[in-house]
Amino acid sequence: MKSFNRRNALKLTASSIALLMASSAVFSQVKITVTGGQFTPLPIAIPDFASSDASFGLELSDIVRSNLTRSGLFNIIDKASLPLQTGDVAQTPNFSSWQSTKADALVMGQVERTAQAQGSVRVWDVQASEQVVGKSYSTDANNYRRIAHQISDVIYSSLTGEGGYFDSKIVYVAESGPKANRVKRLVIMDYDGANLQYLTSGKTAALTPRFSANGKLLTYINFDDGRPQVYLLDLASGKQQRLGSFGQVTFSPRFAPDGRTIIFSVEQGGTTNIYSMPIGSNKPKQLTSGAAIDTGGSYSPDGSKIIFESDRGGSQQLYVMSASGGGAQRISFGKGSYSTPVWSPKGDLIVYTKQSEGQFHIGIMKPDGSGERVLSSAFHMEGPTWSPNGRVIMYFSDPGGNNGAALYSIDIWGRNLQKVATPTFASDPAWSPLLS
Amino acid sequence: MRFSLSISKIIRTLLIIGLVGFISACARTPTNNIDGGTPGSQQEFLVTVGDRIFFDTGSSIVASVGQETLNKQAVWLNQYSNYNIIIEGHADERGTREYNIALSARRAAAAVNYLISRGVSANRINSKAYGKERPVAVCNDISCWSQNRRAVTVIN
Repeated sequence: MKSFNRRNALKLTASSIALLMASSAVFSQVKITVTGGQFTPLPIAIPDFASSDASFGLELSDIVRSNLTRSGLFNIIDKASLPLQTGDVAQTPNFSSWQSTKADALVMGQVERTAQAQGSVRVWDVQASEQVVGKSYSTDANNYRRIAHQISDVIYSSLTGEGGYFDSKIVYVAESGPKANRVKRLVIMDYDGANLQYLTSGKTAALTPRFSANGKLLTYINFDDGRPQVYLLDLASGKQQRLGSFGQVTFSPRFAPDGRTIIFSVEQGGTTNIYSMPIGSNKPKQLTSGAAIDTGGSYSPDGSKIIFESDRGGSQQLYVMSASGGGAQRISFGKGSYSTPVWSPKGDLIVYTKQSEGQFHIGIMKPDGSGERVLSSAFHMEGPTWSPNGRVIMYFSDPGGNNGAALYSIDIWGRNLQKVATPTFASDPAWSPLLS
Repeated sequence: MRFSLSISKIIRTLLIIGLVGFISACARTPTNNIDGGTPGSQQEFLVTVGDRIFFDTGSSIVASVGQETLNKQAVWLNQYSNYNIIIEGHADERGTREYNIALSARRAAAAVNYLISRGVSANRINSKAYGKERPVAVCNDISCWSQNRRAVTVIN
């Protein structure tokens, strides 16, 4: 019989926000409290990965331990207290010796680096004495850190039942110089901050980067002296080009899930409306009309709907309409104004920026507007982006004055708030899909 | 110490002389003084007419103070028709980045429309939208935010 062990508890925790919002009575018999700080991270043992180059094994196992720790869902058991210091993927573990460590899960890994970087991993359920998953990976030797991220993803997803998010990239706006005239450049880095690389020169400000569905293209605005324009950037070639000529102020771009349609906003005589266009067609279709500011469009993952912000009712609020335009329904009704909505890649939630009582907040709600939940609040915060698995949110927060913005991440349960380390001030994070 | 005191005294005296000179010049001929710029100069537009108007939080309505400034701008621009202008819209930092681009554009449009209504030809006017990316005042309270919510008329 499958009991509700802690591994299953983790799955339940990670699987659904509904758990948070459901009445506790439904789940009370399994005695899982997932709200607030009361959740207990899953104890997991990760001996150093075996390798013919021990320092390589250590480096990759350290990346995995760091990833899982940062997720907030795992408690990595102190290496010194483990029965084995180095993993062995060939043998079935001696479970009784591992059970005394109080670990619920055990990870054994082996990695090598020659012309290719290769890794094998097996995840074991220590309490049930059975294998959860076994996988092997290989990649170009220069990208060896990806092996550690892929291993982290398989551990995370096999134990939580959710997709992973470690084998991914972050693009953000690196900001430097005096506040009144900041240099704003696009930067790409691995999820964990490694392999940082500048994408734009900074001659003109580049803002609001967003990934295409396959992670190969970016769209962003080139803020050339008060005339923002939507641009496309091919990450493989570095080629940057303007989307087209649709108006003096063209901004707020985002890709549709089909990968070939782009949505953006055009200002004309003080009025801003939303358009969609197949890339290269040069024929934008107007989706909203009227004298208001309609912007911040974001598609549902099935491509059938668009959530956007509009001040048509007086203040900024969130509306959902059909992807072909029309039938807009307001979904935000709380106190304050709502903006920058982004549909979760899982489809179950909307993340947004909220302003109320002189503060900024990052919050989530269901696509019908129910279940509103503020996750984080400060003097300023905005611009949320979803992790590939739709369970972590990254945003930026600026303390104001001559200071500058920094990136933060938090999970959808409002736990595990972390500052994301960047060498400069940073804003407008965009999280890529899984690289795979 | 004594030395620096006397320096500051001299500066103060000079300032007072300058100020008196400026005021008396204004009193004589408001549009024909050195400090306010020669008539029809960019300096005159900046100092005597005023190049910017301010908005309330989230608003693009040109309030009465702003209307007075734009009235003066329109009179001046109609007199010196050799200039074209760019209206630069701006927002403060208490809004989200994308909305502020649209809001700053709406402010610029409000100023453009007002000037057109006062007889300035539309084809002399261009506009820009800077969002909250170019603050002029940097601090954490309303004294700065209110200066940053602006539309600036740049002549060229």
